[in-house]
Amino acid sequence: MSKKNFLTETLDRSILNRRSFMKWSGALGGTAVLAKGGMAWGLETVHGQSTDVADMASAAGEEIFWNSCNVNCGSRCLLQLHVKDGRVVRVETDDTGDDAYGHQQIRACLRGRSIRKRIYHPDRLKYPMKRTGKRGSGEFEQISWEEAYDTIASEMQRVKAEYGNEAFYINYATGTLGGTIAKSWPPESSPIARLMNLFGGYLNHYGTYSTAQIRRALPYTYGSAYAVNSLDDIANSKLVVLFGSNLMSTRMSGGGLVYDLQEGIRRGGAKVIVIDPRHSDTAANVADEWIANRPGTDAALVAGMAYVMITEDMVDQPFLDKYCVGYDEEHMPEGIPANNSYKSYILGQGEDQTPKTPEWAARITGVPAATIVRLAREIAQSKPAHITMGWGSQRQANGEQNCRAIPMLAILTGNVGIHGGNTGAHPGGYSIPSATFPTLENPVKASISVFMWTDAIERGAEMTALADGVQGKDKLDVPIKFFWNYAGNTLINQHSDVNRTKALLEDESKCEMTVVIDNYMTPSAKFADILLPDLTNWEQDDLVPSGNSARQSYYIFASKAIEPMFECRSVYEMCSEIARRLDLYDEFTEGRTQEEWLRHIYEPVRESNPDYPDFDSFREMGIYKKENPGEPIVAFQSFREDPEANPLATETGKIEIFSKALYEIGHTWELPEGDVITGLPIYAPTWDGLDDPLKETYPLQMIGHHYKQRTHSTYGNIDWLQEVAPQTVWINSIDAAERGIEHGDRVRVFNDRGATVLPAKVTSRIMPGVIDVPQGSWYQPDADGVDQNGCVNVLTSWRPSPLAKGNPQHTNLVQVEKA
Amino acid sequence: MSENGYAFYFDSTACTGCKTCQIACKDKHDLAVGVNWRRVYEVSGGDWVLDEGGYRNSVFGYYMSLACNHCANPICLEVCPTKAISKRDDGIVLIDQNACIGCRYCEWACPYGAPQFQDDIGRMSKCTLCYDYIDEGKSPACVAACPSRALDFGPLDEMEAKYGETSELHRVAEIYPLPDPSLTEPSLIVKPHRNAVNAANQPARVANTEEV
Repeated sequence: MSKKNFLTETLDRSILNRRSFMKWSGALGGTAVLAKGGMAWGLETVHGQSTDVADMASAAGEEIFWNSCNVNCGSRCLLQLHVKDGRVVRVETDDTGDDAYGHQQIRACLRGRSIRKRIYHPDRLKYPMKRTGKRGSGEFEQISWEEAYDTIASEMQRVKAEYGNEAFYINYATGTLGGTIAKSWPPESSPIARLMNLFGGYLNHYGTYSTAQIRRALPYTYGSAYAVNSLDDIANSKLVVLFGSNLMSTRMSGGGLVYDLQEGIRRGGAKVIVIDPRHSDTAANVADEWIANRPGTDAALVAGMAYVMITEDMVDQPFLDKYCVGYDEEHMPEGIPANNSYKSYILGQGEDQTPKTPEWAARITGVPAATIVRLAREIAQSKPAHITMGWGSQRQANGEQNCRAIPMLAILTGNVGIHGGNTGAHPGGYSIPSATFPTLENPVKASISVFMWTDAIERGAEMTALADGVQGKDKLDVPIKFFWNYAGNTLINQHSDVNRTKALLEDESKCEMTVVIDNYMTPSAKFADILLPDLTNWEQDDLVPSGNSARQSYYIFASKAIEPMFECRSVYEMCSEIARRLDLYDEFTEGRTQEEWLRHIYEPVRESNPDYPDFDSFREMGIYKKENPGEPIVAFQSFREDPEANPLATETGKIEIFSKALYEIGHTWELPEGDVITGLPIYAPTWDGLDDPLKETYPLQMIGHHYKQRTHSTYGNIDWLQEVAPQTVWINSIDAAERGIEHGDRVRVFNDRGATVLPAKVTSRIMPGVIDVPQGSWYQPDADGVDQNGCVNVLTSWRPSPLAKGNPQHTNLVQVEKA
Repeated sequence: MSENGYAFYFDSTACTGCKTCQIACKDKHDLAVGVNWRRVYEVSGGDWVLDEGGYRNSVFGYYMSLACNHCANPICLEVCPTKAISKRDDGIVLIDQNACIGCRYCEWACPYGAPQFQDDIGRMSKCTLCYDYIDEGKSPACVAACPSRALDFGPLDEMEAKYGETSELHRVAEIYPLPDPSLTEPSLIVKPHRNAVNAANQPARVANTEEV
């Protein structure tokens, strides 16, 4: 082969594709900043680094601090911060021990490894600011900490005098999740809550944007939303069925569930089936088979399979008879009319008179009937089978139905309460005790759904228990007037219908005061009246409990690695100083600094767990790990062994396939047209769903998966991550071809609620008729107010799900066209 | 050190495409956007067919993480007009940026896309196998970073002994999108993803060209 030919061939065969990130970024209208060298980010670029003498700077003069990545990913990773001359110069992760499974290293994912970019990001908030322009305009001026504290304290007193404590709200915010004192979630355990409780309280919320529907609905079935076999138990399974579960993107830690899933499959050799509209990284990595069903149709797929299991006599009848309520007419709660059992529903003997045949399910789900039949047989005949779901299935307008339907596969096949089986709920693991910061009791008992704060601003005094899911009282007395937003982007970016939320917040007569505490000028921070610059967790000490992990649990001592930057202060200090102005300083601090609090609350935990290190040794160690000393956890094992002695926390103590409580709610609550709450888990068609007439205008269903570039919206401003995992809309090649869209084209995704523009990822890895805009990308409107950065929530709706009043952010109809 | 020098091992069955290896590399070496000493390629293919109201598909996907393979026959070294590229006794191929004139011949020649052009200084750079870490007894940053333990490294003969039975030794060209290994004799051992068979038998493509 001649040299010329050789080069030509290598060029032709080359997998190298010239740097086209530049092209894509340019198309973003200048929203992504390109680095020409590390210096722009304050990073030290070592030129000539590839020579023999380069790269030798690493060890010299560096000090290593243990810390962690505290974001809302469900994992929690150990970081080693290498500090030189007061700056973090390199980030490594857990390299302790031999990495054997059970005490494996808690290896951070790509996001944790990029945290230098967060620490030294040019958009870090540097000093307190007050708004000068219209709310949301992003126009601010610097003020002193004294002025900031004074303003907040006096506004708190004014709003309390004028409206009472129910007018205060602490928004759902998970940007600082993992610490014990510097902790934004759950809001009721944050320092803000301690301050507000001392001040007379605030309007509570229940549920989360992650789990609103399952947290509310699944306890009607099991008495618990979270009871699962620990994921290491899949080594005992013959079959693993993952419904909408993409651990490879939602639990990415190398010490947590992604590794547990891989290891469990390697050890036990289970066959893996992934059911998801999108061929996720989990499907690519571990699935023996990928089944693509349409969003919001999980309950129909389950019903179709149940029909096969029942008609082919493959259900575990003794299990259903002994442990369950509502399977057949012989096991119904008293007072319920005939033909309301699950079996009647499936066989078409119930109210709808529609047998849930595989053909019926195929039309709805998009899964061929023959596949449904085969899948049903395989699940019924592969015992033990681990059936589990992610939380995407429940983040739907009919999410409560989906998350009670999927466990039906485990219940019908008797896979609950045994090794190798599961309940159907989201994967989980082993955990050890940790310290908590006392935030006292909230004198205000009223509570709204986490998702309905925009309604509570707009029409709070109209919201009732029966129509809006208000808890703790029959109706609210006042709308929200004072809004705390500590370490969260749910004020604008992560809540549904950005355009509607934006208009609501722009009306300053409605919500009268917004206080935002953050590290960056996020889309939400732009809606602050007072904006306070928080410390990152790398600038303060804290205790960090374990992330999700099946076989081991751990505890991290996160040490302050660098001095606070700019004028940033800790949230504990902020709350202390506001408390001082409200004559609550002594009650708030109890005379303790942050470190004194940590010592104070850690000590009793250590006393009851004698193998924990003492506080100072813990700081040196950085991480304490403990392997589950026993067998993998089996949910409801004791119930399975003796249901009389160990009843579930349901009304009947049994598994409630039919819930009388839900049936009664369904007949009591005031529901909008089209919403249903039922005793059985059924397939309920929804607005913006498959059979909505709106589909003629907006023919594509849209979901928004959790994406490796970000944890929700955190890390969404990091250029390294934007480069390796750019924001794109996934669209099937068939749908793209119909619209003349090619891979990489800028496209406009739109519906009646708004529009966003972003590049298309044309792929076979998503089913036809469905598109996917990964959630969390930062809202960046152009001059006309049209988002240019793929923020999915310009397309999602405020309308809550029926029971949980939760966020249905995967229920959307849209259209796509070339931009 | 073996005569053959060091090799990377990559287990494509374990790779989730998370790209932690890429970011750990960028952090270790302070690499700017546009300079990726390690790259993760998404391979996908397959089609959809409408069938009895539902869809059947033959879709598949997998990931390949590649850096520099510190080849036995490094074509980059051969084509460099200024002899800026050398191969050390331990097999590590390095670029001397003082001698590099940024002509990018190495980038064009390398079938793996390993040499990267640095806009800021107008020179090439690439994976050094973190030889400073190796000297300290540590693993290269990418290897120590992988959450799925899909990467390993060590002397080629040791890697062959450790993984040879379960892995293609990358002596065949069937692992799409890897080029024919006879071109450069890479020090790379790959355990192919089962879907690599699909890629060999039906159309497949690198689906994330904009990311690598």
